[in-house]
Amino acid sequence: MLEIKNLATSYGKIEALKGVSLSANAGEVTCLLGPNGAGKTTLMMTLSGILRPQRGSVKFEGEELVGLSPAEIVSRGLALVPENRLVFPALTVQENLMAGAFRRRDRAAIRDDIDRMLTRFPILRERIAQLAGTLSGGEQQMLAVARALMSRPRLLLMDEPSVGLAPLVVAEIFSIIRQLHAEGVSIFLVEQNAHMALQVAQHFYLMEQGRVSFSGTPGELAEDDVIQRAYLGQRRAA
Amino acid sequence: MIELLQRTLDGLLDGAAYGLIGLGLTLTFGTLKRLNLAYGAGAMLAAYIGAWLHQRYGLNPLLIAIAVIATATLIGLYVEWLCFSDTLESGQDAVRGGTPVVGRDGREVVALASSFAIWMQLEQLAVNLLPRHLNPFPSLASVKESSIGPLVLRTDRLVLFLIAIALTLALGRWLRVSRGGLAWRATADQPTAAQLAGISVKYVHRIAFACACALSGVAAFAVLSLAGQVTPMFGMWMLVKGLVAAMLGGLGSITGVLIGGLLLGVVEAHAQALFGAPGREFSTYALLFFVLILPGRSTQFGAETTLVR
Repeated sequence: MLEIKNLATSYGKIEALKGVSLSANAGEVTCLLGPNGAGKTTLMMTLSGILRPQRGSVKFEGEELVGLSPAEIVSRGLALVPENRLVFPALTVQENLMAGAFRRRDRAAIRDDIDRMLTRFPILRERIAQLAGTLSGGEQQMLAVARALMSRPRLLLMDEPSVGLAPLVVAEIFSIIRQLHAEGVSIFLVEQNAHMALQVAQHFYLMEQGRVSFSGTPGELAEDDVIQRAYLGQRRAA
Repeated sequence: MIELLQRTLDGLLDGAAYGLIGLGLTLTFGTLKRLNLAYGAGAMLAAYIGAWLHQRYGLNPLLIAIAVIATATLIGLYVEWLCFSDTLESGQDAVRGGTPVVGRDGREVVALASSFAIWMQLEQLAVNLLPRHLNPFPSLASVKESSIGPLVLRTDRLVLFLIAIALTLALGRWLRVSRGGLAWRATADQPTAAQLAGISVKYVHRIAFACACALSGVAAFAVLSLAGQVTPMFGMWMLVKGLVAAMLGGLGSITGVLIGGLLLGVVEAHAQALFGAPGREFSTYALLFFVLILPGRSTQFGAETTLVR
């Protein structure tokens, strides 16, 4: 479904992605682990078109995404739930959801989808007329997920949806991921919380210092020292 | 007592024009979080082209109004392209995940400084086009008056007042209910998220700038057609009045700028009556100073109706 080949993205002279290759399969939850500064968020921002890569290719269902604008990428069926949620704080919950459907023109279906989101996330129904900036972190995370789903993506990118949230809320977020997966949504998840990710993902990658250093199933992940590296970064030779 | 009321009324009518002038500044600031210093100069050059068309070809005022508004819009696009098109958050900011922090990497200062340079350029162009100090402008002033009890209202001012209020309210409503308005507010609120939602932030910025400068053209034509003349001081005058009105209203607030303009008009009218013309000028700056030292930086009359909300 998603095929990333040799992708490299820099900030000025600092190369944050140094030739990343990985893929995500349709109908699966793919998880990318890695310590802080490994380039995970840079990868997500590059996939969604906010950052331009220096080289490499991103194929989504056979179509090249590199060079397309963020808007065009959303229209192709890729939506990102960004790190730190980035809701529109001064817009209401309802307006946030409407903004998520900005590329769509089917008004009636948008209304139905908003209703579906409010059923999926009941707390948002209670807060529908409230400004998103007044929501708690967990509520904002739900809103960010709902907003991304409003574009009807075929692949949902999620950048550390559990960061900074209370354990109970984290569990809730992961149950939503499991639920979405059961409904057939393909998900590419960036996480630091490897133990939670193990419960939902079918394939794992580990990224370290701008490179993919491990690829495998949950079973292979458990045998390796990947989880340790995901938290602590690469072990140095004694 | 009657005199006091009359002055207040005159001030309100003048103040609506200030509100209209400030509206464009507030729109660009609310959207880009950048101040366009070439705002008044752009309107002045557009007005000069209107005056030139008036003197040279004697076009009818409606055509001149259209020409002024169109020119102001084009100048706005030129200024946006030169000074403000690179104000989009860089990817690096996006990855850091925050909202843009003013002064982070100096792009704000570059936009400010370059728009100052363009101010000088536009003003020079205008002055070269019509080098005389006083230039006749098509006049729509009328001596007709209507009265409310003992108070008199000049009809032409009243029309300008109503236009300013109607435009402000219409714009505010459009921003609140339309799809385009949602895209605009989303962009002003969180540009990275707006991009991720599929909103073309660059395009919204450009449209916002063009709208703001079209409004400056409307304001310039309205004010000058009552004065019947334009001088090289007009650009500076517009920037100062607009800035004070916009700051009084809490930069970025649509209804705030209207209220700020009205307040400025009333204060100036009373200051003029008490201390003469210098008092009027003094009161403008005194009011600005007062707003700046108030706790919380601005009075924010319209906090609940800012560009975003």
